[in-house]
Amino acid sequence: MSWRKFIRRRWWDEERGREIAAYLETETVENIARGMPPADAAAAARRKFGNPGAVREEIYRMNTIDWLESTWQDLHYAARGLRRAPGFAAVAILSLALGMGANTAIFQLLDAVRLRSLPVVRPKELAEVKIAGGNHGMGLNQQYGELTRPLWDMIRDKQQAFAGTFAWCANQRYIGRGSEMRHFDEMQVSGDFFRVLGVPPFRGRLLGPQDEGACPSSTAVASYAYWQSELGGRDIASGIKVYADNELLEIVGVTPPEFFGMAVGEKFDLALPFCQPKDGLRRDIFEVSVMGRLRPGGTIERASAAMDVLSPGIFEATIPPGRDPRTIQTYKHFRLAVYPASGGVSQLREQYDKSLWLLLGITGLVLLIACANLANLMLARSSARGREIAIRLALGASRGRLLRHLLAESGLLALAGGALGIALAGPLSRVLIWSITPEGETVNLQVATDWRVLLFAAAAAILACIIFGALPALRASNSQPAEAMKTGGRGMTAGRERLSLERIMVVTQISVSLLLLVGALLFVRSFRNLMTFNPGMRVGGITAGFLGFWQSNVPPDRWLEYKRELLEEVRATPGVLDAATTSNAPLLGSSWEHGVRVGSVEDTSKFTWVSPGYFNTMGIPVVRGRGFDRNDTAASTRVAVVNQTFVRRLLAGADPIGRTLRTGQEPGYPSTVYEIVGVIPDTQYNDLRGKTPPMTFEPASQLPSPGPWTGLLIHSNIPAAALSSTIKRRLAATNPDVIAELSDFEQDVHNGLAPDRLMAMLTGFFGILAAVLAMIGLYGVISYMVARRRNEIGIRVALGAKRGQIVSLVMRESAYLLAIGIAIGMAVSLAAGRSAGSLLFGLKPYDAPTLLAAAVLLAVVAAAASFVPARRASKLDPMAALRDE
Amino acid sequence: MRKKAAQTDILQGTLDMLILQTLAPGPAHGHTIAYAIERRSEEVLLVEHGSLYPALHRLEDRGWIASFWGTSENNRKARYYRLTAAGRKQLTEEMSRWELVVRAVNRVLRPAEDERA
Repeated sequence: MSWRKFIRRRWWDEERGREIAAYLETETVENIARGMPPADAAAAARRKFGNPGAVREEIYRMNTIDWLESTWQDLHYAARGLRRAPGFAAVAILSLALGMGANTAIFQLLDAVRLRSLPVVRPKELAEVKIAGGNHGMGLNQQYGELTRPLWDMIRDKQQAFAGTFAWCANQRYIGRGSEMRHFDEMQVSGDFFRVLGVPPFRGRLLGPQDEGACPSSTAVASYAYWQSELGGRDIASGIKVYADNELLEIVGVTPPEFFGMAVGEKFDLALPFCQPKDGLRRDIFEVSVMGRLRPGGTIERASAAMDVLSPGIFEATIPPGRDPRTIQTYKHFRLAVYPASGGVSQLREQYDKSLWLLLGITGLVLLIACANLANLMLARSSARGREIAIRLALGASRGRLLRHLLAESGLLALAGGALGIALAGPLSRVLIWSITPEGETVNLQVATDWRVLLFAAAAAILACIIFGALPALRASNSQPAEAMKTGGRGMTAGRERLSLERIMVVTQISVSLLLLVGALLFVRSFRNLMTFNPGMRVGGITAGFLGFWQSNVPPDRWLEYKRELLEEVRATPGVLDAATTSNAPLLGSSWEHGVRVGSVEDTSKFTWVSPGYFNTMGIPVVRGRGFDRNDTAASTRVAVVNQTFVRRLLAGADPIGRTLRTGQEPGYPSTVYEIVGVIPDTQYNDLRGKTPPMTFEPASQLPSPGPWTGLLIHSNIPAAALSSTIKRRLAATNPDVIAELSDFEQDVHNGLAPDRLMAMLTGFFGILAAVLAMIGLYGVISYMVARRRNEIGIRVALGAKRGQIVSLVMRESAYLLAIGIAIGMAVSLAAGRSAGSLLFGLKPYDAPTLLAAAVLLAVVAAAASFVPARRASKLDPMAALRDE
Repeated sequence: MRKKAAQTDILQGTLDMLILQTLAPGPAHGHTIAYAIERRSEEVLLVEHGSLYPALHRLEDRGWIASFWGTSENNRKARYYRLTAAGRKQLTEEMSRWELVVRAVNRVLRPAEDERA
């Protein structure tokens, strides 16, 4: 066999044909020469030669690759079969495409946030140095901040485990001046950052060790996106200068387009070098992430062991000042460890990891239902072709060949469905990203169809093909030709056994649909619970924001007064009902904690420093004692309002008014005694889900070390967008250097529910899809059953069975399947519910009303699906049915 | 199909060798080859002339013979086959192997004659 002959096999066939003809001609002529009559001569020549057709076929077969040829034939035949049943093909391909598209889209997202490596050189070598077990909330903690700058300096100078190390941190800063001001995502990097990562400059140069110096830094590198959109893609060589928080920065280079920083799903705009502040680095701000590149051949374990050995010296040398002995002991016992960091860091990952895996499972089940549906359709088709298959078998087709022939059809469908699914996955994952993107922000995720995604889709398609193609094909190819020819689809009654596979499929579909419906109802209800949950304070009609005036020349001793003036300006704005400043807004994730002691009880409490109008603005009643007023000043007695949890936990429920609490000592926050003057009911603290911690509120005027900024909460009866532009305009007129950022508080709170919204939306969608698919499946099977029992039903009617009896005969069949399906589905739901428990709010995974509602919903759907064929059966004309026989 | 091939394996190998041998003196077309083999093998190896053609095809595939269209003795177009260098080598090898086999088989079947000789 040669490829050349394979490709030209038709030509070769004809060539051999000509050769054989030449033989026959020669032989005939010779026969005539030998004296035969011409009529006999040709026949004698053919006898001498044998069967020319057989010879040609033998040669043709030598030229073919058997399996290739027959596969091609099978596919060709399958395509023709599908073209003749366009409705079937469309339903099959569409449901497969939907199932596979959804799976691939979820997988793409999972791939982007979880599996893919950073776009840098040899990402597998990257590792992050962290404190094993975390820092127990010590000091100030920034997002992605694992270590302090002094710790980084020690690690950089002492470590041997890495070929190179670097540190980075992310901040929000402001660029431009006056009304031109807007914020940008800053990434601060150590000198070796770009070199160790192996990121080459796209334009100009990137930062190096020579850029690290005294604060403020004067050089920066822009990301490609920022350079294009905000810096107009201008030539780096001609010098681009920008103001960042009043400091002049020169942009010296641009990073490549694919480099987005270290946090997956986020971006950086400008990268600035680390700088040394005038008054030294603080040892209690955990702000940097320290990473390194393993030495060639090095392992995480070895690097971790090396860091562990260094730990005592490093922590001993960087003890934060002003801490109590116990904290210092804890600090000294910290150990450094090394963790893989090839995928960078990601908040999205932590937020969505569980949801995405769960969704992948759910879409997998949807695909399973779609496959079961198709299997049923294929079964029906192959039953209809029972005679054809029987004849093929009787004529000597091998079972293997027949199996391949039948599988070709499902393979073709899986292929078409898979291709369409991949095409659908792109738009679907964009919808997904859109749905997890908080209002007014961007999620910077590169969703690409890489090899992993394609592999996944291919695996899904093959699996689907096997599930829905192999079973019917196996059964069909196992049919006994004689049996099949005899009954030929004309039996009086359909045997129970004939339908068992279809029944199993329908039961599977019903139970899986129930599982998905239960999941959908749980997540939708959980989301509804969250949306309607009362956090104990006003949420609607609140505008939350932030005022910063570090760009104005207000001396620190006037800051308190200046904040009051700004607040008065806000309160005087038309439409504002009330407003207050606060050190941190509730429900939006920020936290402020101090250690406290009441009498002999020691605990921690959340602290919030607010202006007098706070409780009014947020609609929180003061149930005992008083709130704050203008008489609570920096000079008066330190006072506090506490919540009921505080009273329970630290005062054992005793009357707190007049009692005192003492804070633990911290740098900038000397140990201070506060007198409790009021009590508020329990409210949520920084999110909707958490348990209420002990909380205390103090007057903003008594904040020990205030900064040139403050949080702001406004209660108004006009929309946040309109209000914030009015306020910004007023402030810009009177205090042009003040940065004001305002947004709709309710919207912000709901943005925090994006994972819940995603789960509710998608599980809802897939639940409905599953129910629809199951309905189609049940309808198909019951219709098929009715068709097969046509004669039996005809006889029953002829013998006097009432229409109602026929309907109930058919409905009984589907009720039986439904009951088994629901029973199995319930059991599976209860077992699977546990994995979803932590994602639910306000209800348990074994919530009885939800289970019941899902079962009832499915029962109604199933009844509707089987009633149509049942009615058709009852309208059967017995004469027509029997005459067919 | 495959079973039949296995049964005729020996015969097929012999047929291949005979074809090569027939072509050793010079090129010939199918009709000539068929008659030559028929004559020499006393119709044992070639009952139907048609079965020659798959063998020719196979030998050509292996590169032992090459073919070209020519004109026959009686002025008709016919496909001629000739031995290639590889074919000639193959023929020598097959013949020596054949002789080896024949001698061995003879010694087994007629040991007395062998001893006498």
